[in-house]
Amino acid sequence: MSTLNTLTIAAARDALRAREISSVELTEACLTAIDGAGALNAFVHRTPEIAHAQARAADARLAAGEAPSLCGIPLGIKDLFCTKGVASQAASNILKGFKPEYESTVTQNLWDAGAVMLGKLNMDEFAMGSSNETSCYGNVVNPWRRGDDTTPLTPGGSSGGSASAVAADLCLAATGTDTGGSIRQPAAFTGIVGIKPTYGRVSRWGVVAFASSLDQAGPMTKTVRDAAIMLGTMASHDAKDSTSADLAVPDFEAMLTGDIRGKKIGIPKEYRMEGMPAEIERLWADGAAMMREAGAEIVDISLPHTKYALPAYYVVAPAEASSNLARYDGVRYGHRAKLGAGDGITEMYEKTRAEGFGAEVQRRIMIGTYVLSAGFYDAYYNRARKVRALIKRDFEQVFATGIDAILTPATPSAAFGLGEMADASPVEMYLNDVFTVTVNLAGLPGIAVPTGYDAKGLPLALQLIGRPWGEGDLLNHAYVLERAAGFSGKPAKWW
Amino acid sequence: MAIDIDTARKVAHLARIAVPETRLPALADQLSGILSFMEQLNEVDVSGIEPMTSVTPMRLKRRADVVTDGNIQASILKNAPDAREGFFAVPKVVE
Repeated sequence: MSTLNTLTIAAARDALRAREISSVELTEACLTAIDGAGALNAFVHRTPEIAHAQARAADARLAAGEAPSLCGIPLGIKDLFCTKGVASQAASNILKGFKPEYESTVTQNLWDAGAVMLGKLNMDEFAMGSSNETSCYGNVVNPWRRGDDTTPLTPGGSSGGSASAVAADLCLAATGTDTGGSIRQPAAFTGIVGIKPTYGRVSRWGVVAFASSLDQAGPMTKTVRDAAIMLGTMASHDAKDSTSADLAVPDFEAMLTGDIRGKKIGIPKEYRMEGMPAEIERLWADGAAMMREAGAEIVDISLPHTKYALPAYYVVAPAEASSNLARYDGVRYGHRAKLGAGDGITEMYEKTRAEGFGAEVQRRIMIGTYVLSAGFYDAYYNRARKVRALIKRDFEQVFATGIDAILTPATPSAAFGLGEMADASPVEMYLNDVFTVTVNLAGLPGIAVPTGYDAKGLPLALQLIGRPWGEGDLLNHAYVLERAAGFSGKPAKWW
Repeated sequence: MAIDIDTARKVAHLARIAVPETRLPALADQLSGILSFMEQLNEVDVSGIEPMTSVTPMRLKRRADVVTDGNIQASILKNAPDAREGFFAVPKVVE
């Protein structure tokens, strides 16, 4: 059996350009791997015909020379991205049967560069979840296991299908989206790299909206170099997204010098949470030591409003979601409930939305509706937006003192078992995002890099947070950490 | 602040989500739990702080007020659960 599917983007690019392999062979290896990985439930809509056609076109382009880095590279696409003529339903029953008549800017950028679409990837419904257990397609399973224990583990969420697919070598890389940690937490749980860019770096046009002031798409890849390559293609200024930044996209890969001598790395004391597992503490200290050895200066810093990030997030994100998801009314697309005799338009809305949305999505829409309702707007929504301003100011003050990047744990634990949080309250599940939400609230770039293992052999990751628009510098810091940690583990194949 | 059953019913209706009476007590409990988590925000001194509207200080872009798209009626109606004679069809709204 071919092992081409285990290649990184960088290695495949070099082999494709040297004409040692073809995109058709590479794509075939991925399609075979996907067919054999039904147990992971990562790919939920497969597009082999599109993949074959794109691979043949890529090979022709490669033969002509001067092909872009992603030319001929097979990718998985999160179900949140609208792809023309291909099911795009945000893992929700309310979008069952929806086939967009248009293509998202991010995926168009990828296809323009010659990338190959293998299919659509499972996720939490409307990207609301931290364990990929809210999907209408069912749970995604993490390819990693606790040693010989066969308990199925979560790949994290919401980009759980993307994480599982990349970790299991079903595709060379995948797109993800991150509203509160949905790229970084699943990347951490599966031992891969995931970067959430600065808000505005990547166009949101054609990506199903969850919380518009927080949502940002990014790559999920096997290495930091691959993240640099893929982000360079995903990012663009887009007139169709009014919050898209009119800034040139640098050559991120060229910025991976491996030199961080003299850089200042901040260690925020507020991220040392009460009851933090000793192995996470150790991972964090080891990461700081690696960066010091690489010539960086480690500086203790304070981000005093960190504690309030989660409650502020769980006001702002549901408020925006309740507004964004008002569009699912059973009129223009997706599911419409069967109506009884005498049912009017209000019953049509109420029944359609009750049938179409899962429990967590309904809960967040209702919380959002409540915090935006008359009498509570100031007490909750405006107060949360003020706290958000303070969280952003914390970061600005730290960066103003010359800090180049901030090092934190990515998650409070390794991947947990599917169903293990079934009896937990919604708030306990939200705690998974404790280290990642601050970054979305402040609009900053953040990256998760695998650097070690827990006692049961599961991957653990650290997060680096960068300055606004400083993805190149951030990726370079991550590159140093990746090389120093030498994480190269792969899950043993059981599926 | 706790959400009682009447408030839960009202919120569900505002959100246009049908929730059966039997499920309202559990919903009220869950929503109350989430809201009490949010109460922590009252500990923060926010006096003199403007609510954030955008993470990047930017003026929304302007463009000329011209038609840039159109003549795609079939495409717009293609995913509708019920489209008739070039329109989206819904239950009778006006008697």
